[in-house]
Amino acid sequence: MKKSIFVKVLTILSAAVLLIASFAGCAGNESGTSNSTASTADKADSSTADVVYRTLDEIKSSGKIKIGVFSDKNPFGYVDENGEYQGYDVYFANRLVKDLGVDVEFVSTEAASRVEFLETGKVDVVLANFTVTDERAEKVDFALPYMNVALGVVSPDSRVIKSLDELKADDEVIVITGTTAETYLTEKYPNIKLQKYDTYANAKTALENGQAAAWANDNTEVIAYALQNKGYTVGIPELGSKDTIAPAVSKGNKTLLDWINSEIEALGKENFFHADYEATLTGTYGSDYEEKLVVEGGKVN
Amino acid sequence: MQALGLDVLFKGSNLLRLLGGLWKALEISLIAVALSLILGVLFGILMTFRNPAIRALSRIYLEIVRIMPQMVLLFLVFFGTTRVFGWDLNAEAASIIVFAFWGTAEMGDLVRGAVISVPKHQYESAFALGMTKSQTYFTIIIPQAVRQLVPLSINLITRMIKTTSLVMMIGVVEVLKVSQQIIEANRMTSPNAAFGIYLTVFVLYFIACWPFSILAKHLERKWSN
Repeated sequence: MKKSIFVKVLTILSAAVLLIASFAGCAGNESGTSNSTASTADKADSSTADVVYRTLDEIKSSGKIKIGVFSDKNPFGYVDENGEYQGYDVYFANRLVKDLGVDVEFVSTEAASRVEFLETGKVDVVLANFTVTDERAEKVDFALPYMNVALGVVSPDSRVIKSLDELKADDEVIVITGTTAETYLTEKYPNIKLQKYDTYANAKTALENGQAAAWANDNTEVIAYALQNKGYTVGIPELGSKDTIAPAVSKGNKTLLDWINSEIEALGKENFFHADYEATLTGTYGSDYEEKLVVEGGKVN
Repeated sequence: MQALGLDVLFKGSNLLRLLGGLWKALEISLIAVALSLILGVLFGILMTFRNPAIRALSRIYLEIVRIMPQMVLLFLVFFGTTRVFGWDLNAEAASIIVFAFWGTAEMGDLVRGAVISVPKHQYESAFALGMTKSQTYFTIIIPQAVRQLVPLSINLITRMIKTTSLVMMIGVVEVLKVSQQIIEANRMTSPNAAFGIYLTVFVLYFIACWPFSILAKHLERKWSN
């Protein structure tokens, strides 16, 4: 849902950019695509964009790397009370920065603008809980993964749902509109009745009032929920396609991508991401989920 | 305090960070407001001209601003200029450009309305006294129009201040973004923080916008004599 709005916005945007560009004439641009009105927005983007990114050497010599992170997604990327960036993604970012020997400028990004920041080279790397998808991989280059993400289902202790087959015909499942859980259940289990809510808070209230048998969402969300609320258990910790979270760089920035990949592999030898988990995620998830969530050395089990 | 989640406000430098965020929002909006007031008056006068080319162009400009959501304009200026021209505008500059672009159009429309609402006999009397066109505008028409403009432009200014919350989309950390950061960072320890923090943000916006209302009242009173 969110994404489709974003795609619409982008399309309008690209169209508007083209319009303005054509008003402005060929100022500074090689012509060639200017009269191909039929070309899609994406094509126009790639043909007008020169090299937007900075290579590894350019970053090193500038002495500063720009990293896009979330600033309000506790415990992955957030800002603590002293104004310092913290979290699982940031812990890793700080290590990259240290090994690169440069200063860092964290840029606060939103889910909807992450791709755009990379496509225009406004940041060098995005480390913002970025789930690897085919669609995104067409626009940015993903490095090796450092975390797993899947769907999870939480239900009351009185009747823990361990498999979706346990649901009876009149059992309903709560989902939040626009999430991968909604898409997945609608596609793969069309027979399950869904109760859809717009916000996290409403979904939570519905589950607590016993309006549905279970709640499906990103497993990181439901695990955190079950740990914070007594009387609820995550009966299905992994459901659907297993996705991964990975760093991303601008499309084509091979030097930086290769360096990050070699860094992730090297960090695997010292179990860096386990240490990262223990430093940043244990408070939320406990240690039970460490092996499920952490991807070490870029190798998914 | 606990129930409202206000204790979170005094943790670390949270309150200072909120004030810093407010400053960022005001910095962007006030520079944009200043530009909009100056350019808007010029644009408004331009719009009262009868030249068809000028009318068509200003019509297009005004419609673009009305139709395009500010968010699209922000993306357009921040990311679009990099894509098309290779400019690397920083996020604050892009925000100021967008808000000034928007404010100038709206201000211009207000000025146009105010100028044409000045009765025709005011122009005719001025011309009959032998005043030139520019003399008429600057000494007769504009001073009268400005009085009508004050309440309307105050409305525009406060709207611009409040709309700055959009700039978080291009990475500017302003007051609303800081408040979201604080709420999220404390969601385990103080789940009620949202109420107290948003209440604080409300008060901060109020403090930022109120002086403009006072100024408007003051000017209206002064000019009514």
